[in-house]
Amino acid sequence: MTQLERNEKLIQIVLAVVAFSALSFLAIITFFIFFEGTPIIIKYGIKNFLLGMDWFPSEKSFGILPMIVGSVEVTLGALIIGIPLGLACAITLTEFSSKRVRQILKPVIELLAGIPSVVYGFIGVVILVPFIRNNLGGPGLSVLAASIVLGIMILPTIISISIDSLLAVPRNYREGSIAMGATQWQTTIMVMFPAAKSGIITSIILGMGRAIGETMAVIMIAGNAINIPFNT
Amino acid sequence: MRRLIFVIFILAVFITGCTQGVSHKEITIAGSTSVEPFADKWAEVYMEKYPDIIVNVQGGGSSAGIQAAKSGVADIGTCSRELKPEEKDLNEIIVAFDGLAVIVNSGNNIGNLTVEQIKQIFAGQIRNWQELGGIDKVINVVTREEGSGTRGAFQELVMKDNRIFKGAIVQDSNGTVREIVANDPNAIGYISLGLLNDKVKALSLGGIMATDENIITKKYSLVRPFLFVTKNTPTGEVKNFIDFVLSQEGQDLINEAGLISVN
Repeated sequence: MTQLERNEKLIQIVLAVVAFSALSFLAIITFFIFFEGTPIIIKYGIKNFLLGMDWFPSEKSFGILPMIVGSVEVTLGALIIGIPLGLACAITLTEFSSKRVRQILKPVIELLAGIPSVVYGFIGVVILVPFIRNNLGGPGLSVLAASIVLGIMILPTIISISIDSLLAVPRNYREGSIAMGATQWQTTIMVMFPAAKSGIITSIILGMGRAIGETMAVIMIAGNAINIPFNT
Repeated sequence: MRRLIFVIFILAVFITGCTQGVSHKEITIAGSTSVEPFADKWAEVYMEKYPDIIVNVQGGGSSAGIQAAKSGVADIGTCSRELKPEEKDLNEIIVAFDGLAVIVNSGNNIGNLTVEQIKQIFAGQIRNWQELGGIDKVINVVTREEGSGTRGAFQELVMKDNRIFKGAIVQDSNGTVREIVANDPNAIGYISLGLLNDKVKALSLGGIMATDENIITKKYSLVRPFLFVTKNTPTGEVKNFIDFVLSQEGQDLINEAGLISVN
């Protein structure tokens, strides 16, 4: 083995160790969550745990159904706000605006993803929550407030991936459609959209992932009442 | 050769860095967010007096503080409620007394409620300010999270066996409860008396204001101890720090800040 080969081998091993250390963190986290969490789930019963309505840890009552429902509700709300806005923005930027505008606006939108979630939460608390309190009543800290802020937070994900997938549609699809006499809007809806469908769905799923996993902004503006929200 | 010198230099920096860390003794305090600002104050003055000691103060809530003291993660756990029977195996030291202030927005026209009325509000039985002589608005109840000492004390002193109703907004520190009540004209909440400021209004209970005098004479009923808990009887640096906290100087510090000293 020459010096060179030995170096090569060494570098390979070092890189492998580094790569697996990242994986091992994931493994350790998973292990400890289950290691620490399983005993109480077994003792308390998985059904009581997942479907229980009462969260009073100090009274040994550990039902997390309200939290699950709350998370799902906030995520759905975020999608209802984020999907139309995001897709409309993506379509406008790819189909109805010049390349120059897109080249400026797309990085700006992606910049939104870099704002720390505590900043979104803070703006929500300072501006959105008082607005809801004054106009709709109630404490303002609510599912609605959290949905709106999360909807805005997932916009960059939805917009930038949707733009990429709309741009990836082969040029002759559009040209064919226009040649057949379709208007630009018809082309967008009937040709471009179906052709880019898988990418757009991916963008929505990634956006949903961001919404359901978001903690900081939601803690600050959702009010955190451990209750299934329907009437209060 | 040059590389070797570089490596030795880096190692030297590390080693000196480590030895410097060892020469400082460290005391870690963790727990109640009600105690935290006062523990910070003690720590600050103490570190000024003894520069070779570092006192680390962290929040987390009373239950987390007890857990930290039990597991040895913190030298001292802080707690803003009485210990539960199953926690009595720890060593507890009362370092101060604190009142609980029930607060409303400064624009609220109600200034006095009975403890019974407050209990009914937090239990969700009274839902409108009108029932208490106020305006026709729904009461926005703000409470603390499970594990909070302030909540524990409130539960014990006001709610007794009743649960705080589920529609209550949950916030995880005294400061956020105060901010919400300061901004929401229809909100009610409870915080440590020591953290009261003029952005919110403290209610008097059955006509008795939460003043130092009323607390000392036990007229004001919502009073709780601030505890330091340790796993074993404190020794060494930890003991010195606790002695300082209980000394006249340490107690004067918190007296100025609105707490009641143990004497």
